[in-house]
Amino acid sequence: MRMFSRPSLIWLALGWVAVLLLPWYGMDGIPRGVAVLPAFGHAIWGGRPWLGPLLLPMALASWAMIGQPRPRALVAAGFAGIAWTVAQGFAILHHGWAFDWLAGLMGGSGPTQPALGWGALIFVFACLMMVAYGFARLGFCRGDVFVIGAILLVVGLIALFVLYPALCILFSAVRDNDGGFAPHLFLTKLLNRSIWGVDCLFGAQACGTAWNTVAVASVVGLLTTLLGLGFALLALRTRVRLKPLIGLLSVLPIITPPFVIGLALILLFGRSGVVTVWGADLLHLPRSRWIYGMSGIVVAQVLAFTPIAFLVMIGVLQGVSPSLEEAAQTLRASRWRTFLTVTWPLIRPGLANAFLIAFIESMADFANPLMIGGNFSVLSTDIFFAVVGTTHDQGRAAVLAIILLTFTLTAFQAQRAWVGQRSYATMGGKGSAGQPAQLPVGLRLLCYGAIVPYLLLTVAVYGTILIGGFVDSVGRDNTPTLRHFLTAFSIDHGVGGWFLSGSAWNSLLTTFEIALISMPFTAVIGIVIAWLLDRQHFFGRRTFEFLAMMSFAIPGTVIGVSYILAFNVPPVALTGTGVIIAIAFAFRNMPVGIRAGLANLSQIDRSLDEASLTLGASSLRTLVLVILPMLRPAVTTALVYSFVRAVTAVSAVIFLVTGEYQLATVYIIGRADVGDYGVAIVYSAALIVFMLLVLLVIQLGIGIRRPGARAVPHTEAAPPLTMV
Amino acid sequence: MSPAVEFQGVTKRYGTVTALDEANFEIARGTLVTLLGPSGCGKTTVLRLIAGLERPNAGRIMIAGQDVTLLSAAERNISMVFQSYALFPHMTVLENVCYGLRAAHVKKALAAEMAADKLALVGLAGYERRLPSELSGGQQQRVAVARALVLEPQVLLFDEPLSNLDAKLRRRVREEIRELQQTLSLTALYVTHDQQEALAISDRIMVMNMARIAQDGSPRELYERPATRFVADFIGDANIVPVEIERLDGAEAMVKLGSFRLHLPHHGATVGPAELAIRPQALIPSIGAAGGDSLSGRIAKASYLGSHMEYWIAVDGLSSELLSIWPDVTQPLPVNAKVALGLATSGVAIVAKG
Repeated sequence: MRMFSRPSLIWLALGWVAVLLLPWYGMDGIPRGVAVLPAFGHAIWGGRPWLGPLLLPMALASWAMIGQPRPRALVAAGFAGIAWTVAQGFAILHHGWAFDWLAGLMGGSGPTQPALGWGALIFVFACLMMVAYGFARLGFCRGDVFVIGAILLVVGLIALFVLYPALCILFSAVRDNDGGFAPHLFLTKLLNRSIWGVDCLFGAQACGTAWNTVAVASVVGLLTTLLGLGFALLALRTRVRLKPLIGLLSVLPIITPPFVIGLALILLFGRSGVVTVWGADLLHLPRSRWIYGMSGIVVAQVLAFTPIAFLVMIGVLQGVSPSLEEAAQTLRASRWRTFLTVTWPLIRPGLANAFLIAFIESMADFANPLMIGGNFSVLSTDIFFAVVGTTHDQGRAAVLAIILLTFTLTAFQAQRAWVGQRSYATMGGKGSAGQPAQLPVGLRLLCYGAIVPYLLLTVAVYGTILIGGFVDSVGRDNTPTLRHFLTAFSIDHGVGGWFLSGSAWNSLLTTFEIALISMPFTAVIGIVIAWLLDRQHFFGRRTFEFLAMMSFAIPGTVIGVSYILAFNVPPVALTGTGVIIAIAFAFRNMPVGIRAGLANLSQIDRSLDEASLTLGASSLRTLVLVILPMLRPAVTTALVYSFVRAVTAVSAVIFLVTGEYQLATVYIIGRADVGDYGVAIVYSAALIVFMLLVLLVIQLGIGIRRPGARAVPHTEAAPPLTMV
Repeated sequence: MSPAVEFQGVTKRYGTVTALDEANFEIARGTLVTLLGPSGCGKTTVLRLIAGLERPNAGRIMIAGQDVTLLSAAERNISMVFQSYALFPHMTVLENVCYGLRAAHVKKALAAEMAADKLALVGLAGYERRLPSELSGGQQQRVAVARALVLEPQVLLFDEPLSNLDAKLRRRVREEIRELQQTLSLTALYVTHDQQEALAISDRIMVMNMARIAQDGSPRELYERPATRFVADFIGDANIVPVEIERLDGAEAMVKLGSFRLHLPHHGATVGPAELAIRPQALIPSIGAAGGDSLSGRIAKASYLGSHMEYWIAVDGLSSELLSIWPDVTQPLPVNAKVALGLATSGVAIVAKG
C-alpha cells in the first residue's frame, strides 16, 4: 500500500503540537486560576492527570501513518482522541464531577473544568482530519479525502452547534433550577394549565399559551395564503402591471426588522396612535386598546408574512402552463369554469404549502408578539420571559421550547411531505407558451377587495416608520424635528477630534462587525452542505439531509435558549462573547446558503462535474474550478442575505447580547419598551434604508459581472424566504 | 495483447432495479464498438462503469489489462464525450481543452500547444478564445471531442454524442468521428439508440435489452442474421412470421413457410413452431397468381415515399399484414391487386423469442 502523503502528515504534526505545546484551556484569554499549560503539561504538573491519555491516540496515529500505512488504526486513533476529549469534557463539569457515581468512585469534591481552548480545538480538528485520511484509504467516498473531511467537519459543526444545544434543552427540561434530576417537574411543567388550558372557551380567563400560538398561526396562515393567492392571481392572470410591486414585495420582508410592523401598528392604532386620535376627534370613537393582543399580533403578522405567501403562490401559478387554460377554453369552458376546473385544482397543493410556511413563520415570530402582544402570551415570548423574567425558570423555558419545536417541526414535515407528493406544478412543463386565461370579473373584484386594504395598510406602516422619526411625537405632536435623529446618530467634535456621540452608534457598529464576521462563514458552510447533499453520495446522507433541513424549522427563540443552556458553562463556554453571536448568526442563517446553493446546483448539469472527473481532476479541483465559478449567484445570495438577516435578527440573539455586545435590533426593542418611540423609529428607518441600499448595490454588481455562461440557463437563485 | 476493455461478470443495481446483469465482453484495441438499445436498457450504465462514474455491485472491470474496478474516474485512463457535451461554460474553448492536461500538471504553454493541435484536427483552429456559448451545436460537439482526444486515452467513450444535432449534421459528424477513430486507431465505445448510426460507423455492435447483451456481432451479421426477435425488430424493420421447423441439420434447420422450404441457421431453435424474421426488402411482390415457390396475397395499402414504395400485403393464411419495400416507383402496384410474394436469398432468419 502507498505511504501516507506529506499533507496528511501535517495533520499528525498539528495533533502533536496541540497536545504538547498549545494551551489546552482558554480561548479569549486564559481563565482565572488556570495555569497556561498544554494538555501534556496539565497532566503532569497541573493536577489534571485525565488529560494524559490524550497522548495514546497520538502515538497510535503516528504508528499508523509512518511507515506501513494502517488506515483502520488511524481511524480508531482519531475517533479515540475525539471521544476522550468529549468524555472528559462532560464527565467533569465546572464545579466538579458530573455524575454521582464518578464522585463516589474518585472521592472528594472532584476537579474542575475550565473552558476548553485552542489546544483542544486544534487537537479535535487534527483528529477529525486523521479519521478522514484513514477512511479515504479504506475506500470510502471513492477514496476522496476532501469529501470525507468536509463531511466530517460539517457533521461535527452541526453536532456541536445544532444538535448539542437541542439535547441540552431536553436535559434541562427534566432538571430543576439547581441542576438536580427531577422528571416529575417535567410532567408538571409540560401539562401546566398555563400552556394547555382552555378556559377562554368557557369563561373570561385566558387560554393556554400553546392554544394561543396555534390559533394565531392558523388565522395568520389562512389570511396570508388567501392574500398571497389574490396578489398572485392579479399579477399573473390580469393585465395589471404589478412587476415593480412584485420586486418590492419580495424584498420588504427581508430588509424589515421583524418588530417594525408591530411598532408601526402601535403608533397608528395604539391608544394615542394617529388613527385612534383621528377617530376620537372626528368620529368620537372611544379610544381602546384593541391593538394590544391577538388582533394586533394577527394584523402585524399578516402584514409581515403575506409577501412570503405571495412569492410561494407566484411560483405555483407560474408552474401552471397557460396552454392548459387555453386548452380548457378551446373546449368551450367559460372563464369561471376554466378557473374552477383547471387552475384551482392545479394550485391547491401550493396553497397548502403557503399556509404551512406562514404557519411556521407565525409560530416562530418573536418580535411582534413581544412588541404588541400585551397580556396575550404565545410560546416564543413565554420562553423569553421564562429565561429573563423574574421567575427565571430554565426548566419551564426548555419545556416551552420543546413544545414550540414540536409544532414547527411537525408543520415543516407536513409541508415537505405535501410538496414532495402533490406538486403537479411542473408536470406540463414543456411548451408554456400561450396567453394565460383572464380572471373572471367577480374573482378579480374579490382580489382587489382584499389587496387594496392590505396595500394601504402597508403604505401606512412604512410611511409611519420612515417619516415618524422626523416628527416630534407621532400622533400627538407632528412638528418636524431632527431631535430623534440627532440623539441616535449625532457626531460631535470634542477633545481628541470627532467622535460618534449618538446613542445608536455603539450597537450599530457592533451589529455590522458581527454580521460581517459571520457572513463568509455562513455562506461557506451553507454552500458546502448544499454541494455535499446535491453531488455526493455517502453513508448516512439521508440523516445528514434531515439534520440540515431541520435547522430550517427551528425558531430563533429556541436557538437562543438552547445556546444559553449549552454554552454558558464549560467545556464549551462562549456566552458573553461576540463569538457566540456570530456562531448563532451562522447556524441560524445557514439554511439560506443551503437553499441558494441547492437551487443553483440543480441548474448546473451533473455532466459538468463528471466531465471534470473523467478528465482527471480531483473533486476539490472540480469544486473550485468548475462548480464554484458557476455558483457565483448562489454565493452572492448567501453572502448578502446572511448579512442582511444577521442585521435584522432578533429572536435568537436577544438571549445572547451583553452590555459589551449590544445589537441594533435589541437596542431598538429596548427603546420602544421604555416608550422612547422617536429613537426606535428613526433607528428602524435607518436600518431599512441601509439594507435596501446594500441589496441595490449588490444587485447592480451582479448584473455587471455576470459570467459569460449563456449555455447554462441560470436564473437568479430564488430569494430565500425569511425565518424570524 | 490484452483487450482495451474487459468486463468480467459485471453487475450493477440501483436499489432493486438491475441496470446491468452479469455482463461479460471484451473490446479489442483500435476498434469502434457500439452499444445499441432502447432507452433504459443499460447501455449508458456500461459506459459510466467504464468511466468510473459508477461502481459495479459485482464483477471486475479491466482497462488495458489493469483491474480498475476500484479506481476513481480521475485515476482511469479514459475520456468521455458527453451527450450534453458538458463544456465548462465559464471557460474558453482553449481552457476547456486544456483542462485535463492542467489537472495532470502539464505545463501551461505545452498544454496550450497540445490543445491547439487537437483543435486544428477537429477543424476548429482559430476558435480558441471563444466561449462555448458563442459556438454552434456542431462546433461545441467538436470541442468536446478535442477535449477528450487531447489526453490520448486508452479508451474514448461517446455517450450519444450526436443526439443534440440536426439530422443532416448528424450524418456528417458521425463520418468525421469514424474517420478520426480510424486514422488515430483509437479504441472507442459508442452509445446510441439510433440503429442507422450504429450500422454506419461500427466495427462491432452490441445490442442491449433489459440489462443484458442480446447480440454481439458485426453490423452485417446483426442485420442479416438477427438471433432474436428483439434484435430483428430493433435493427431495421422486420416482418415476424410464424413457421414450422421440420428437421434440424447440423447448424441449419429446414423451415416450411407456405410452399417455401428454407435452409437457415437455427440459432438454438428446435423442431416445431418457430418464428421467422423477414426484412421488408426480402419480400418481392409481383402481379399475378402464386406459382412455384411463392406466397399469395393482396395489396392492402400502398405508399409512395419518393425513393421507394411501401406495400402492406395481406397474405393468405397469416393474421397480420406484411411490409414490403420495393424500389420501383415508376409502376406502382395498385391497392387490392392480387400479388405473388417471392423471397430474396438474404434478409431472412430464424429468431428466438425475446
